[in-house]
Amino acid sequence: MSGIGGWKWRRHCTPYLFLAPAGVLFVVFLAYPLARSAVLSFYKSAGPNNEVFVGLANYSFLLRDRYFWWAVVNTVLFTAGFVALELPLALGLALLLNHRRVWLKNLFRTAFFSTYLVGQVFVAVIFVMLLGGRGGLVNRMLMEGGIVSEPIGFLTDPRWSMVSMWIAALWLMSGYGMVYLLAALQGVDQQLYEAAAVDGANGWGRLVHVTLPGIRPVLWFLVLVGAIGGLQLFELPYVLFGGSGPNSAGLTVVMYLFITGFEVGDLGYASAIGWALVALIGVFSVLYLRSTGLMREERR
Amino acid sequence: MSRRGVVSGLGLNLLVWGLAGVAVLPLAWMVGMAFGGLPGGKWTLENFRILMADEPMGRWLVNSLFVSCSYAVLVVMLSALGGYALAKFRFAGKGLAQVVLVGALLLPPQVLLPGSYELMVRIGWIDSFAALIVPGGVSVFGMLLFRQAMMAVPDELLSAGRMDGCGEFRLWWGVAMPMVGPMAGAFTLMSFISAWNAFLWPQIILQDQGKYTLPIGLANLSALPGYQANQGLLMAATLVGVLPAATLFLILQRDFVAGLSGGAVKG
Repeated sequence: MSGIGGWKWRRHCTPYLFLAPAGVLFVVFLAYPLARSAVLSFYKSAGPNNEVFVGLANYSFLLRDRYFWWAVVNTVLFTAGFVALELPLALGLALLLNHRRVWLKNLFRTAFFSTYLVGQVFVAVIFVMLLGGRGGLVNRMLMEGGIVSEPIGFLTDPRWSMVSMWIAALWLMSGYGMVYLLAALQGVDQQLYEAAAVDGANGWGRLVHVTLPGIRPVLWFLVLVGAIGGLQLFELPYVLFGGSGPNSAGLTVVMYLFITGFEVGDLGYASAIGWALVALIGVFSVLYLRSTGLMREERR
Repeated sequence: MSRRGVVSGLGLNLLVWGLAGVAVLPLAWMVGMAFGGLPGGKWTLENFRILMADEPMGRWLVNSLFVSCSYAVLVVMLSALGGYALAKFRFAGKGLAQVVLVGALLLPPQVLLPGSYELMVRIGWIDSFAALIVPGGVSVFGMLLFRQAMMAVPDELLSAGRMDGCGEFRLWWGVAMPMVGPMAGAFTLMSFISAWNAFLWPQIILQDQGKYTLPIGLANLSALPGYQANQGLLMAATLVGVLPAATLFLILQRDFVAGLSGGAVKG
């Protein structure tokens, strides 16, 4: 009797016991802070213990706040440029390493991927050294090569800030995209290439009509990862420029949230910025789902 | 092979070497500067000695190791437990739990920061390692990953174990976990590296210099005028920050890359 009863009890309770540790942390450290961030966005605060209810004032101020919109423009521009540059670069690397005449494929795959392991803070410090004023490696090379006579202000001239962010981000992420694309290329049906060759397709034709359709899901996956990462950009420019950069040219949405909430100390307004970020990523996700049609096609 | 083929093959290989050079140059330069060996100078450990003597660099290294290891173990255990329940049991509320998880996956974590910070102040976790390890311990992505992988564990195997009187916990640890070993390994390494490189949350939480992790310590050093002038010191500190994750990866790389790309390519 106790055996059967115990077994039933066990069947009922086991899944809850397995889920309990994660569930408790989820409620305490995710659901609760999320709800608090929602509530806080209706308050003006100076530090965690000093709050005044202001209704929708944070949101209406957000709509008029030119720093916020500047941060949005920077973030979207960075993201769009980053994805547009990363995909062709990663695909080019993957095609090269997938070529039958290229030797030492595994060594190079590791070499290109290795930069992805370097954390954003470390990347930023390395690129401060590379792109910095007169002593930076890039400027020294450009000046010794006679290409420029004065050092380029990669980190001090607002016209170059976005370029510097793209360079550092591409260095960080291209190898990551390459690993996915390389795996996808190896999954493309070889017979399709043979059929295309019989039909007289040249290299470009094979790329456009066989390779790209074959790796389309992975390309879209990389667009998603790149865009969501880009929209959350923070520490790379924060350390690269030692703050928001010249004329705030490196200010991003998350950086604005950080500065507002944790340097100025207004957790309420920072929460409103956080929800604006949710909306921004939400808008992107809807556009993404509509343009990929992945939801409809891939579910068989 | 035709002559033209040989030439273009050679060209492709040269191109790969050149591109790899561009990718590796910043790292090589970092190593060179760290050991004071550029250009043509003497190789020395002086920069590391100064960092250890003048800054709590050794402490930061130990802090980073402790936080990252604890975090990786916690997040893998919780994800594997939760993912197993979602994959192998039917229970009331399962559908809701999965919808909540997928919803949470789309949420940018930064929106939590004000609420989390306030919570940390209330429970006295400001400037503590607990704040760096525990709140992030539930990984929505990890639970979904383990759920996916553990779907492949055959139900017959688990039923057979139950008939033999094997406890549920032992079935999870002894039967299900070994079957998802490579994925679990890759996820552990990814979790370790993400904790190792974390900046935003530790920057908010940590105050005492002796509690800094390496990225926080380095970011603060790099803002000091004295250090901006001494690139070798900064590069030595960066090398200490980059090396552990890179070493782990090189040791485990075969499983890691397979585990990383396996999921997406099937999609």
